[in-house]
Amino acid sequence: MSHDEDLAGRAYDHRLMRRLLGYLKPYRGQVVFAGIVVVADALISLVYPWLTKEAIDHGIRHHDLRFLDQVALVYLALLTAGFGLGYLQNQIMQRVGQHVMLDLRTQLFHKLQRMPLAYFDRNPIGRLMTRLTGDVDVLNELVTAGVGALFGDLFALIGIVVAMCRLNAELLGVTFSVLPLIVIVTLLFRVRARASFREIRVRLARLNAFLNENLTGMSTVQMLNRERSNFEQFKDINASHRDAHLRANFYYAVFFPLLELVGALAVSLIVWYGGRQVMWTGITLGTLVAFIQYTQRFFRPISDLSEKYNILQQAMASSERIFQLLDEPEDAAANQDTLPPRASADGVAAVLAPAGPHRNGSPGRIEFDHVWFAYQDEHWVLRDVSFSIEPGERVALVGATGSGKSTIASLLLRFYAAQRGEIRIGGRPLAEWDSGQLRRTIGLVLQDAFLFSGTIESNLRLGDAALSIEAVESAAREVHAHDFIRQLPGGYGAVVRERGATLSAGQRQLLAFARALARDPHFLILDEATSSVDPETELRIQNALRRLLVGRTSLVIAHRLSTIQDADRIVVLHHGQVREVGTHLELLAREGIYARLHELQVLGGPLSAAQSLTRAATEA
Amino acid sequence: MPEEPAAPEPRGHDGRRIATGLREGFLIGSPNDRLIRSLARYRRGLTWGIACVAISNLIALAQPQVLRLAIDDLYRGVTAEKLGRYALVLLGIALVAGLFKYWMRRAVIAISRHLEFDLRNDLFAHLQRLPAAYFQRERTGEIMSRATNDLSAVRMMLGPGIMYLVNTVVVALVSIGFMLAISPRVTGFALLPLPLVSLSVWYFGDRIHRRFEAIQARFASISARVQENLAGVRVVRAYAREANELGEFRELNNDYLQHNLALIRTSGLFYPSLAFFSGAAALLALYLGGREVVGTRITLGQFVAFTVYLGMLNWPMVALGWVINLFQRGAASLRRIEEILETPPGITSGPEAISAARSAGEIEFRHLTFTFPGSESPALRDVSFRVPAGARVAVVGRTGAGKSALLGLLPRLFDPPPGALFLDGVDVRRYDLGWLRRQIAWVPQDTFLFSATVAENIAYGREAAPAEAIERAAETAGLASDILGFPDRYATRVGERGITLSGGQKQRTAIARAVLLDAPVLILDDCLSSVDTQTEEKILTGLKTEMLRRTTLIVSHRVSAVRDADLIIVLEDGAVAERGTHDSLLALGGRYAELCRAQQLEEELEAS
Repeated sequence: MSHDEDLAGRAYDHRLMRRLLGYLKPYRGQVVFAGIVVVADALISLVYPWLTKEAIDHGIRHHDLRFLDQVALVYLALLTAGFGLGYLQNQIMQRVGQHVMLDLRTQLFHKLQRMPLAYFDRNPIGRLMTRLTGDVDVLNELVTAGVGALFGDLFALIGIVVAMCRLNAELLGVTFSVLPLIVIVTLLFRVRARASFREIRVRLARLNAFLNENLTGMSTVQMLNRERSNFEQFKDINASHRDAHLRANFYYAVFFPLLELVGALAVSLIVWYGGRQVMWTGITLGTLVAFIQYTQRFFRPISDLSEKYNILQQAMASSERIFQLLDEPEDAAANQDTLPPRASADGVAAVLAPAGPHRNGSPGRIEFDHVWFAYQDEHWVLRDVSFSIEPGERVALVGATGSGKSTIASLLLRFYAAQRGEIRIGGRPLAEWDSGQLRRTIGLVLQDAFLFSGTIESNLRLGDAALSIEAVESAAREVHAHDFIRQLPGGYGAVVRERGATLSAGQRQLLAFARALARDPHFLILDEATSSVDPETELRIQNALRRLLVGRTSLVIAHRLSTIQDADRIVVLHHGQVREVGTHLELLAREGIYARLHELQVLGGPLSAAQSLTRAATEA
Repeated sequence: MPEEPAAPEPRGHDGRRIATGLREGFLIGSPNDRLIRSLARYRRGLTWGIACVAISNLIALAQPQVLRLAIDDLYRGVTAEKLGRYALVLLGIALVAGLFKYWMRRAVIAISRHLEFDLRNDLFAHLQRLPAAYFQRERTGEIMSRATNDLSAVRMMLGPGIMYLVNTVVVALVSIGFMLAISPRVTGFALLPLPLVSLSVWYFGDRIHRRFEAIQARFASISARVQENLAGVRVVRAYAREANELGEFRELNNDYLQHNLALIRTSGLFYPSLAFFSGAAALLALYLGGREVVGTRITLGQFVAFTVYLGMLNWPMVALGWVINLFQRGAASLRRIEEILETPPGITSGPEAISAARSAGEIEFRHLTFTFPGSESPALRDVSFRVPAGARVAVVGRTGAGKSALLGLLPRLFDPPPGALFLDGVDVRRYDLGWLRRQIAWVPQDTFLFSATVAENIAYGREAAPAEAIERAAETAGLASDILGFPDRYATRVGERGITLSGGQKQRTAIARAVLLDAPVLILDDCLSSVDTQTEEKILTGLKTEMLRRTTLIVSHRVSAVRDADLIIVLEDGAVAERGTHDSLLALGGRYAELCRAQQLEEELEAS
């Protein structure tokens, strides 16, 4: 999957096409109707040159004004009909296209909600975004500009050939002798132009990246007196962007006149050869005029076709990537109450309805039984980890960065599945639990409190419509978040921007606490934040933490010694193994890693627990 | 990118390129000096290009005349040889016209690219001179859109806009002239529907463009939503929020769909209307022209020539509507670009700027009161203190007390009021700006790294620095051992296309940058917040010798970092609340003592 962005595959793949067409099934009727309209529209456009011929040969040359009147009437009727058909065709195709894109995008989004977390570790967000936006958009183009028009173009081409053949097969042969020229000119242009477009895109991206970087870092640039040197760099990038455009312009400058020249060649041939036929074999002048008109109509779709070919090629590559994503194996633990995609109307209602009973019975005792886990191959992050948490107990996990603390939390939430051993909650293996239900009983507070754009309330509620506003507020009050929330413009309705950019790190922490508390979880997983905040906020957070943990079964990835000392049990992790388990005093008495940490702490002054442990661990 | 087929061809999303700002008015508002000056630079090329447009069209317009002669001859009887000659003339006309068309594009379009290049350089150079306040006020995305979308709209106006305008005028004048010569009456009627073609391109083009912009805004919010969902996937899963997310996603998508359908309703009329109006013109020519032939007022050859002229008018009429949109949109865009170009730089070197050899590093704040541009209340009030050359002064205070504002005034990141801030006894505003900034090594709160190698980032202020100097600076900043762990060491790329540095590593890179500058004044603006205390101490020890040789201004939250300063200034609400040494301030028992106690408490709490 490494270079999948550059896939430049075939323009037609039967398997992919069949699957793509499957998305049209719900709109079968409309598609068939659109097909009929397209054909009718193409047929009508074929009649105009023939009408012209009739008008000249029968009306004008035979001085038959009545006939001319009739032709004009038919012409007008066809024009009107063409207008209606053209509108209809456009409407239906675009509508169907938009609906299909909606279906596909929803299906993809739904799929992503069910992917195992490991998938997100492997695939950067940017790439997944491209699937949902860029690739879907390419398919949109296929549906709206591609398939319909391709169909119409092909039909028109065939129709023109048939019409010309019936008018005069010999003249058709002469005219068509220029066809290879057109094909060659167009193909050459497409190949060259496409390469130069790619170059333009690359250089434009570079220009934008440089510009963006310089705008964001302008004060650094100015303070370091880099203006001149950066301007020179910019000029180079700007020039290379311009030159790429100039190259593309050259191809245009050659292509368009050349295409017109070939067209003129065809007309010249008709005048020369057809004119002789008018004199000697008596074909009519109307035929000649109609022939010229047909020829012009024939050339346009030809150059269109090559563009459609590009669209088709891109669409195949895009759909291949999209289907690849859709075919990825889903998380076995995926939440049961997200429904399959393309749900009917009541399906949507079911998805939106509040999910299941919330605070059902206690999940009971938590056991890690000889658990082994690796994110990749045999690089074990956890080795043979065993410990348990009794209901109501607080267990602190301590260990250096990379010792596997966060992994234990992730396994408990079923973000990943252990390779060996078993994790049990209330005696039942984790795999037997419905993960949605399981996760609702667990409150998770991450180091980096992730806030969604919305309001303070929506962030505390997190989609749980059954929570009363009182419960939300009292949770906020409990963790000392209420005061600062009230001071925000709009209070609980205050707007939270993407990632909570307007709030301080300390405030985000408190909100994360309140969020967890509002759901009154049986079980709490807490990853203490390490980032430094001002002392005042730190005190508040400590207080809030105490309130949060009281009377709750909890697993704390601890950095603060105060949290560690209050724990019922401390599990010391080292290189993915449980090295020591016990209370603060027991562990001190043991004089192992933990004791060494404590010693350092007392002697070494203000070192945080994690840092000291890292040091202790490296010495061990 | 492609310009010729842009107007009539794009089917799926008609409006993307056909664009405008209707209300902005048609003509370029004020006489526009800059543009005229730029255009003047390419005067000759442009004249040649426009001449090519005219010539190629004039030649091409002879084609129907040849057809007329050929057809009329067919009736009178003609030799095969003469027919052959007509065919060759037709081909020759196409050849010469094509040649001039080639030159036309090579001249006009290329000039528009050169103009775009010039204008973009001007814009960038000007942006570089704008003060920090400007970038705080304006969103980067907005400025980016000026430098890309608006510039390209201006280019479209100057390139394809001018080209097709001339094209339309020439073709219209000449072909209408020929048509009038053939039959004034038929011309009068047949031309009736054609203005409607221009009108509908102009009308639909504008509406489609606006609808399309609305759609893009909707699309952006879908993207933002997905991005957020993916970035917060752990929280989404942990709180079983999937169904909710899906619901909200669907809502956004439905909204997007509705807007698209609105666009389709408009754009769906566009092409059929064009086809109808030009078809109507053709019908009128056929019908009325046919009657003229029957009435023997014109020959059959003239009749055919007439219809060909009419056909040749089709594209220019479409182009006319399109060109009007191009000009409207270009004028509006140009105005937005001018807005940036006319923003005064604000902070510049004075007319008689001083630049000495090397500053001694003596700094004095004299009754300095400072208000951020656009703000109501002052950020600093009546601040006075003196920093002797080589001294070390620390500034402490709560977030928002004005510490960063104070430090930012010295390198004129923001401009201090006159007569309030002095370097070596001279008002900083009187120095040459570049010189002043070279005297100061400034480590900001937030480090900005450029997508370049680690070494290039450290040497960002001293590009020619030798590798050893860079390594020494990294060593001093406590970054050297981290760098040795990077895949390509000093040549490791950072940023978007490289590795991501931790907050602490970024800050240390900035410190290394400052160390490498070797400037007489060092400003450390809370630049150790993301490193742990241990590392901080290591860095401060490393910096000690550096600080001895320099005047140092340091802001920090940590007592450990400011304890040794010669002078500690406690800021509160922009005013100096306390000043003194660590010991004297402790003895005073005020804010500073409070701060020390709070940190002690914290330490004890952790260490208990």
